[in-house]
Amino acid sequence: MASLIAGGVDCDVHPAVPHLTSLLPYLNDYWRDQVTTRGMVDLISQSYPQNSPITSRPDWRPENGKPGESLADMQRHVLDPFQLSHAICNPLYGVQMVFSEDLQAAFCRALNDWLVKEWLDRDPRLRGSIVIPTQSVEKAVAEIERCATDRRFVQVLMLVMGDTPLGKRALWPIYEAAERLELPIGIHAGSAYHNPPTAVGWGSYHIEDYAGQAQAFQTQLTSLIVEGVFVKYPRLKMVMLESGVTWISPFLWRLHKFWRGVRMETPWVDRAPLEIVRSNIRFSLQPFDAPPDEATLIRLFEHMQSDELVLFSTDYPHWQFDGQEALPAGLTPDLVRKIMIDNPHATYPRLT
Amino acid sequence: MNIQFRESSEAASPLTVKTAIADCDIHPARATRAELYPYLAKRWQHHLEVYGVHAYQGMMEGPPYPKAQPNASRRDAYPPEGGPQGSSLSFMQKQLLDPNKVQLGVLNPLNTGQGIRNHELSAALCSAINDWQIDKWTSKDKRLKASIVVGNEDGLSAAAEIRERAGDRNFVQVLLLSRNVEPLGQRRYWPIYQAAEEAGLPVGVHAFGFGGNPITPSGWPSYYIEEMVGHSQCQQSALASLVLEGVFERFPKLKMVMIEAGFGWAPSLAWRLDKVWQRLRSEVPHVKRPPSEYIREQVWWTTQPMEDPERREDLFDVIKWIGWDRLLFATDYPHWDYDDPSRVLPAGVSEDNREAFYLGNAKKLYGIS
Repeated sequence: MASLIAGGVDCDVHPAVPHLTSLLPYLNDYWRDQVTTRGMVDLISQSYPQNSPITSRPDWRPENGKPGESLADMQRHVLDPFQLSHAICNPLYGVQMVFSEDLQAAFCRALNDWLVKEWLDRDPRLRGSIVIPTQSVEKAVAEIERCATDRRFVQVLMLVMGDTPLGKRALWPIYEAAERLELPIGIHAGSAYHNPPTAVGWGSYHIEDYAGQAQAFQTQLTSLIVEGVFVKYPRLKMVMLESGVTWISPFLWRLHKFWRGVRMETPWVDRAPLEIVRSNIRFSLQPFDAPPDEATLIRLFEHMQSDELVLFSTDYPHWQFDGQEALPAGLTPDLVRKIMIDNPHATYPRLT
Repeated sequence: MNIQFRESSEAASPLTVKTAIADCDIHPARATRAELYPYLAKRWQHHLEVYGVHAYQGMMEGPPYPKAQPNASRRDAYPPEGGPQGSSLSFMQKQLLDPNKVQLGVLNPLNTGQGIRNHELSAALCSAINDWQIDKWTSKDKRLKASIVVGNEDGLSAAAEIRERAGDRNFVQVLLLSRNVEPLGQRRYWPIYQAAEEAGLPVGVHAFGFGGNPITPSGWPSYYIEEMVGHSQCQQSALASLVLEGVFERFPKLKMVMIEAGFGWAPSLAWRLDKVWQRLRSEVPHVKRPPSEYIREQVWWTTQPMEDPERREDLFDVIKWIGWDRLLFATDYPHWDYDDPSRVLPAGVSEDNREAFYLGNAKKLYGIS
């Protein structure tokens, strides 16, 4: 294992909403009444079943409640031992799954306010991501603008599997707002399950859904690049969170080949996909999906032809590594510094 | 990739291959719709004329993602006697088989009976295509071998078609497409794998197909390039399903060939599956070994379209991780993204690896002496 250094930025930690009732104080009277009168229960996505081994490391799993619901645990498990300067909170709660744009907007607003009060206000190292109601682009933009006045929000959060491919033009006002307000778009693993979780239909197993996140990220990168999002918004950064990293280079080789072959179809894409990724796209480190040998790791980073693509993450409390081994073996000290400090700061302008 | 407006040419490109090759992905086409009628019952001829074909996608003519070229094929591949690219044996011999020293050419017909909602019609069309492959192609040129196409959504009738053709040396594999109503590991498809294993035939899974699912898990994208690139994600999901449903465990002699979906993603997918399997294996106790082992032992890969890194040596890392013994050279003739055998491997590859890549692996897998 490469040596961790102090002052790093953990770009992917997951504070858990204990229960839908935890959001009641952050809903207005109407929505509080809707939740209680209609008997709405907790919003738990299939993406992260509470007791799944992926959802929590055994030694990070609390005796009671959801993994990640306690600030004291997060401090004890990652913020203190990893000597982090900052950790970016990406709440994974099923608010994106409901179909009503009104309900979704109310839940997102409550979730963002809950994050401020219950987490950001209670530890100065924490930063937040704005969860948005993508059923309505208008409401999503309004929520971004509302939250962005608090500089501790450093990112906008979307799921990798939603209603439409993320490059679609209808979503562009979200990207316009994000670029204007210096907020990268974080795209996190997980599905709203508004489409089958693979491009060949519904599988049988949780393991299949989880492994399939990598393919979802690949199709989203294609969409974002060929629709021209980064031509229109050249300063916009996007961060693929919990995406895996070893697929990046071979995927780009294929995309590059077809872009050369049929670029007349999308003539506005005026730079090679590889260049667009180098300037605008970043990836979180965990889950690091390479075999545990240094020689392979060195070649994989060589293939990326850049030391700026990867951002440090523990993916707390998800179980991606044991002990303090958040960094795979074989990373040079220079690369560790880039991944843990320089790259996150270059990606998140609000991170001060 | 071809040069778009090159003059029609019967000669190979200026570089030529020195030794015999196998081409594991050739697409034969019908010159006319009626070319299949001699192999179809009157009922189905009538059906085609009156109702046409209803696939798991909405358009009867023309694709919802228009291709970049007519029939997605080389502009220099129209036969002189007329008809679409890939529809003439004599022109295929002159343009592809002879100049490239093709010793074994595996036919993978597309636009068959697969991906059709009427499963009886699907079976009838597939059976007709199989007869047509013998009559028009393999009986007339011994270098060519056919693939048994089967009505993919009805496992039992598909298995019956495989059993009927088993032992016929005109056929060297069973052909499926990657996109189906469900992921390919699902039980409805198991009779196909059982019959193929019994017949000793590999199952080729060619990119494409229609199953009604959006080609991304986030819905339908906008462009042809997204469909083209997306086929590799479909293939990854199909292969993950095959592993995680335990198909390779249950059918240990089954061999599968991933056709025209790239291979660069193979190591990453295998590593990722191994990693999540370590965590979540209690959900899938029927997957008894690390997923990468099944993939290493039971899966082969055709090469076209070869991934295209800036530095060729990067691709050779990937080939090394997969194994030089698992790649099968393919041109994808007559399609536009044809890989030229004289160009795909640069100098510096050992003679053994070169021979395995171009010919040896395919002869061994398909049992050609």
